[in-house]
Formats: sequence, structure tokens, C-alpha cells
Amino acid sequence: MSKKIMTADDSASMRQMISFTLKQAGYDVVEAEHGKDALGKLGSSPVDMLITDLNMPVMDGLELIRQVRTLPQGKYIPIVMLTTESQAGKKQEGKSAGATGWIVKPFTPEQLVAVVKKVLP
Amino acid sequence: MSNTNQFAATFLQEAAEQLALIEEIILEVEENPHDSESINRLFRVFHTIKGSGSMFGFDKVAEFTHHVETILDKVRNGLIPISKELVNVILAAKDQISQMLKGDDACVGLLDGRADLIARLNALQAANGESASAAVPEIAKATEGAKSASVTTYQIHFRPEAGILTRGLDPSVLLQDLRVLGPCQITAKTEAVPLLDQCKPEFCGFCWDIQLTTDCGIAAIKDVFIFVEDDSEIIINALPAVETVTAPSASSIAPVIEKQVKSETVVKVAPTAKNTSNAKAGAANGKSANSHKNGGADGSVRVPSERLDRLVNLLGELVINQSRLTQVASRFDCPELSAPTEDLERLVAEFRDIVLGIRMMPIGTTFSRFKRLVHDLSDELGKEIDLVTEGAETELDKTVIDQLGDPLVHLIRNSIDHGIAKPDERERLGKPRRGAIRLAACHEGAHVAIKIEDDGEGIDKEAVRAKAIEKKLITPEAVLSDRELFNLIFLPGFSTAKAITNVSGRGVGMDVVKRQIDALRGSVEVSSQLGVGTCITLTLPLTLAIIDGLLVEVDKDQFIIPMALVTENVELAADQRTCHNGRNLLPVRGEQIPYLRLRDIFDITGAEQPVERVVIANVVGNRVGLVVDRVLGSHQTVIQSLGRLYQNIEVASGATIMGDGRVALILDVPGLVHYTESQAALS
Repeated sequence: MSKKIMTADDSASMRQMISFTLKQAGYDVVEAEHGKDALGKLGSSPVDMLITDLNMPVMDGLELIRQVRTLPQGKYIPIVMLTTESQAGKKQEGKSAGATGWIVKPFTPEQLVAVVKKVLP
Repeated sequence: MSNTNQFAATFLQEAAEQLALIEEIILEVEENPHDSESINRLFRVFHTIKGSGSMFGFDKVAEFTHHVETILDKVRNGLIPISKELVNVILAAKDQISQMLKGDDACVGLLDGRADLIARLNALQAANGESASAAVPEIAKATEGAKSASVTTYQIHFRPEAGILTRGLDPSVLLQDLRVLGPCQITAKTEAVPLLDQCKPEFCGFCWDIQLTTDCGIAAIKDVFIFVEDDSEIIINALPAVETVTAPSASSIAPVIEKQVKSETVVKVAPTAKNTSNAKAGAANGKSANSHKNGGADGSVRVPSERLDRLVNLLGELVINQSRLTQVASRFDCPELSAPTEDLERLVAEFRDIVLGIRMMPIGTTFSRFKRLVHDLSDELGKEIDLVTEGAETELDKTVIDQLGDPLVHLIRNSIDHGIAKPDERERLGKPRRGAIRLAACHEGAHVAIKIEDDGEGIDKEAVRAKAIEKKLITPEAVLSDRELFNLIFLPGFSTAKAITNVSGRGVGMDVVKRQIDALRGSVEVSSQLGVGTCITLTLPLTLAIIDGLLVEVDKDQFIIPMALVTENVELAADQRTCHNGRNLLPVRGEQIPYLRLRDIFDITGAEQPVERVVIANVVGNRVGLVVDRVLGSHQTVIQSLGRLYQNIEVASGATIMGDGRVALILDVPGLVHYTESQAALS
């Protein structure tokens, strides 16, 4: 059974790109539009990994990471955050929130898959 | 790569939405500078455009947006206050981005605009004692291609931070990654692992010594540990080549570590295995598991509008076929046939409502762009005007909304330019300095009414009258009601503006508005009081796909007259027909109403009725009678457009297929009037 990855991003084009790339690489993908959406969907169906943007409406990525880490189904899953180069400080904040790793935008589909392979057993 | 194109298309669409948001938010911020949530939203929008733009090849957009983002970051941190200039620069930057997205490199001239805007942004920051935004730092690309040619053996010591598991990282995955780089000998150190009864699942006590032989270079190894390098103990040393060849102790330990690594993996896999069995159970229920998953994913789906149009067309065919079936079924007294036919009728009606509902969009999407219009125009003309919108959630057919933008822009421009005076002038007249324009939408039966109301100077009836006489549109003696007088402004070439400004007053305005609204089968009403204000009401059908019509018959031919235009029906006896100057006129309650005979226009032969019916319709504020044999009643019908050959026919806007299979033309009453007038002029 293929692994299920959730991508949380308010940008539809980003979600589309991530989803397409991961599906091509053989993963199942669940999309969420913001933190709250992601939490809701996680509650009903657990995933093996979470890829989240940081800047999102309703609930931002950092808060999402913190909340996911308090859930039994999210305690140990890899969480990768998407940052931009201007958010160097966010990397540390993300790590203390419980993020496993990060991807700096812009990234290529190959880089995305490489990072996923790096953290997903 | 077509995928990239596809993502880029989605990005462009999304960016357009985001840009529209910018306008809305910045104007909100201007009104309420302390609304930190709005400023955050604004930052987020620019951030998204930058991030996604850089992803899909819009590097220049990303680079430019970065400058705006930088200043907004300072704004939200309270370092730079909201000012008029800031609002203007951001609006201009929004326009710049939208231009760049449209043409990107194509428009070289715009690059100057960019430099200018960056300078303005920097000036704003400098004025507030902030250093200007640096250019986007060069993003470090992946370390691929940095392969060092020589094969080297490295001694790696890796002691992960004890809490690594709570960050979702499985160290065994990292070890796996190292194996990919080259032959590995991994030794696990378990000294720090507590006794079984003190073991905590979150605590990682392992530590590894690894000997890796690879030609990928030290950078590739560091890359493996990139997510853990800050907190974990990682020591990487290159060993002299000779030592690696003989390392018997390490190789003998290898199986042990393998085991340890595996046992850990098993623990982690267990919950996953459980999931698998659950999923299998779900799969037994066929698609239910799948549909449940989809059910959880609320939100919206983007569908190309052509597909929706096609759906609506098919729906039309379905409705027609269903009504034919109903008609056939009614001829047989057969419950086996009529019961399912009735069911079908109900289902089709429900289906129709849903499909037409899909095309409905809130009108607010159009409203938001007017805030910007009012802001810019009132600025330009030195006026102070607030725009108040109401009923933004009112839903209208997408086609109607798409075509409504231009007429509304015209009307709002008129209000700003002609309607509302400059602040000093207003004060002199005893009005508040700030003028107000109210843009309101609401449902009225099967129609949506949109009101554009201003508290300006109102329309000077005498000026309109004088102008109309000057333009020979009316005779000096003509007695006109207020309504008729106001309707004159919709005639082509009519403009009472004293001077042509940049904004309006070229006499192409109201007639264009009128034409556009007519094309949407809507109507325009003007009411105005001198010195108090003007109110223009647009009445539009909810949808263009279905028409509420009056079904009439001439001999054996059926026609549909749009119900929105029909005001009343009267009888016309043969001896009642009077002829004045070649025009047919019918007295209705003292008013002389000109009428047209469909029989003549469509060359219908056959016996004339002794008493005919006249359907009186409203055309641009004038009443016109249409003479028919019989009025059959109201009829809701799906509009089918005419074939290519007949598309330019003036007198019919479409056709519909009746239940019995006959075709009925949908009359275009203004076109009919125009056609008759031009025929009369020819003869």
C-alpha cells in the first residue's frame, strides 16, 4: 500500500504541483487549504507524512505543526515545512514546533521527492 | 513540459484572485490602519505570489514581489506606518505584478515602472529610518553536480538528539540514505539505551559509527544530515584510503546493526500495518471508502466554464425532451407510462435548478473592483467619495456577472464625475464633504436588481430637456414625463457634461450601458432629484439560459415574448384599428400606443381573427403593442441559440422547442421595433 502524504498550502498551484509530483512518485496525496483544514482531515484519516506551507490563512503552518504533534496519529510522522529564503528565522521556529525538515522555495519536483525519500521510511 | 504549463496556468488564475484581494485589503487597511489582521493578510497574499511565482518560473515577479513583501513585513511589525503613499505604492505594485503576469518579458517599458516602484518602496523605508530591502539572496541550489571525482572513505559519528523521534525523523532512514551513497559499515552504539523497563518510545538512545566509501563528496554526506545537523552530534572525517580496505571488525558487526535497525523499523511499522488491514476491510465495501474520503474533502472544484456551458446546453435538450415525453404520455391513459414520466419531470426540474445553480456566482466578485475605481478616480478628480456595497452575496449567472462589469464601471464613473461635486462645493451646498455611492444588489423575484445610488447633484431635467431639443431628439413643445425625460440620456450621442474630462463626458456612455444591459435582457431605470442625488436601477434576469416568456400564437406559429418586457394584454377588434400617418396606433386608457402585427412581419397567411390580442411591451421606456391571434399563457423555457445562418436575425434572440416538437421563436422586441422602423423608412 502506498504511503499517504498530506500537503497543506493555501496556494492551489502549489498544492497541484506537490500533489502531481508525489502521485507520480507513487504516493497517495491528501490536500488541505490551511492548518485547520489539515487538522480536520488528519482527524478522519491519518497520513504518513505532512508537507506544510508556513504562511496560511485561518491557521498557519507553525501552529499546525504544534497541533499535529499533540495528536496520537501525528506524534511521530515526518513533517516538512515549505519556507522561502527570507524566512531563515522560521526554520528554527519550525524545528522547535516539531518540524522534521524543510524545503526552500523554489524547489524542483526532483528536490521535493528527494526530501520526501529522506524522511519517509 | 506540459505539467509545468498546467501549474503555471493554475498559478496565473490564483494570482489573479490574489491580486484582486490585494486591492480589497489595502483599501480596508487605508480605512482602518490599525487592523493588524488585514495587514497580515496583505503580507500573506504577497508572500504567496512570491513563493508560488518563484516555483513556476515567474522569477521576475517573485523578485519584484519580494520588495513589497519586505516593506509589508516592516509595516506589520509596526516599523513603518500606513500612509497614503504606502497605499498608492502597493496599489501600483499590484498593477505592476498583474501586468508582469500578463506579459512578463514582453513589455519592456514596464521594467522601468518596476525600478520606479522599487525606488518608491525604498524611499518609504528610508523615510522611516529602515534600510532598503536587499535583493533576493541567491538561493542555494541543491548540491547535485558537486560530485568530487575521487573515491574516499569517511568515518562518520552520528549521535542524534535524544528527542529526534518526536520530530518525526527516523534515524534509520538517514542510515538508509547513507547506504545509497556507497558501501557502508554501520556500527550501532547502545550504551545510552536505557533498560527495558525504563525505555520510553520517544527517547532515542542510539548512536552510530559509520564507515562510508563514496565518490559523492562530503557535501552529499552533510546533505543526508541536513535536517538534524543543528541538534545532533555529527562528526565526519575523511580516512586515508588504505585503512578502509581492511576493516574486519566492522564487517563482522554489520549483521548485528542490521538487526537492530530492523527491529526498530518493525516497531514503527506496526501501526501502519494496522492501517493496512483497516483499509482492506474498507476496500471490501467497494467504493465506499473512497467516497468517504472525498466526502471529507469539502471545498470547491475548479471546472472550465465551457464544460458548464455544455452541461447547460444538454440540460436544455433534456428539459425539452422531457416535456415532449410528458405531452406524449398525456395522450395515453396508461399509469405505467405516466408514473415514471411524472417522476422524470420532477427529477429534471430538480436537476435543472442544480445545474443552473452551479453557474451562479456572488456578485461581490464584481463589486470589489469598484472600490479601487472609486479610490483612484476620486483621487484624480480631487473628490472625497466613499463606496458602500450591499448584497455582495447576491447570486447571478456567471455570464451575466462577466458582462456586467463594464456597464457598472460606466455608471459609477458617471456618479463620481458628474454626480458628486468637489468637497468645497458640497460643503457650500450644506452636504457632508465626503460623497457616498451606494452599490446594492438584491433579489426581486426571478430578477436581480442592482442599484447605483449617489448623494450628488442629481440630473438637471431642464438641462436634459434643452440638450434634447438642441440635438433635435424632441420638439420644444413635447410634453415628457420625468421618466421619459431621464430615458433620453440613454440615446446615442447624448451628454450633458459641460466639459469632457478624462473620465467621462464623451457622449458614449449611457447608450452603451443601455445596449449592454439590453443584451443581458435586463432593463435600466433612472430616478433623480436635483440637488439630492441620482439612483440608477439595473434589473437583470437571474440566468440567461432560461427565459420566462409569454407564449403567443399567430395562425399556427408560436412565439415567445420575454415576460420581463410584457406589461399588459388588451384586445383589438377589427373595427378598432385606426391608422394615423401610416402608423398603427391603439388607444389604451387615453394613451396612444403604436403596435406591430406579427402576422405582417412574419408574412403569416391564414384567416385573420375577428378579435386579435395585443401584448403591450416596454421598449426603452416606450410602450409598444404586438398584435397576435392568441395568448396561450406564460411559459418557462430553455433558450436555444439559433443556427449560424440565422444568428444575425434582428427580430429573434433565440428559439425554443415546444413539447410537441414545434419550434417557437423568442422575439427580440427592441430588435423587432428597430426592424419595423427601418422597413418603414425604406418604403
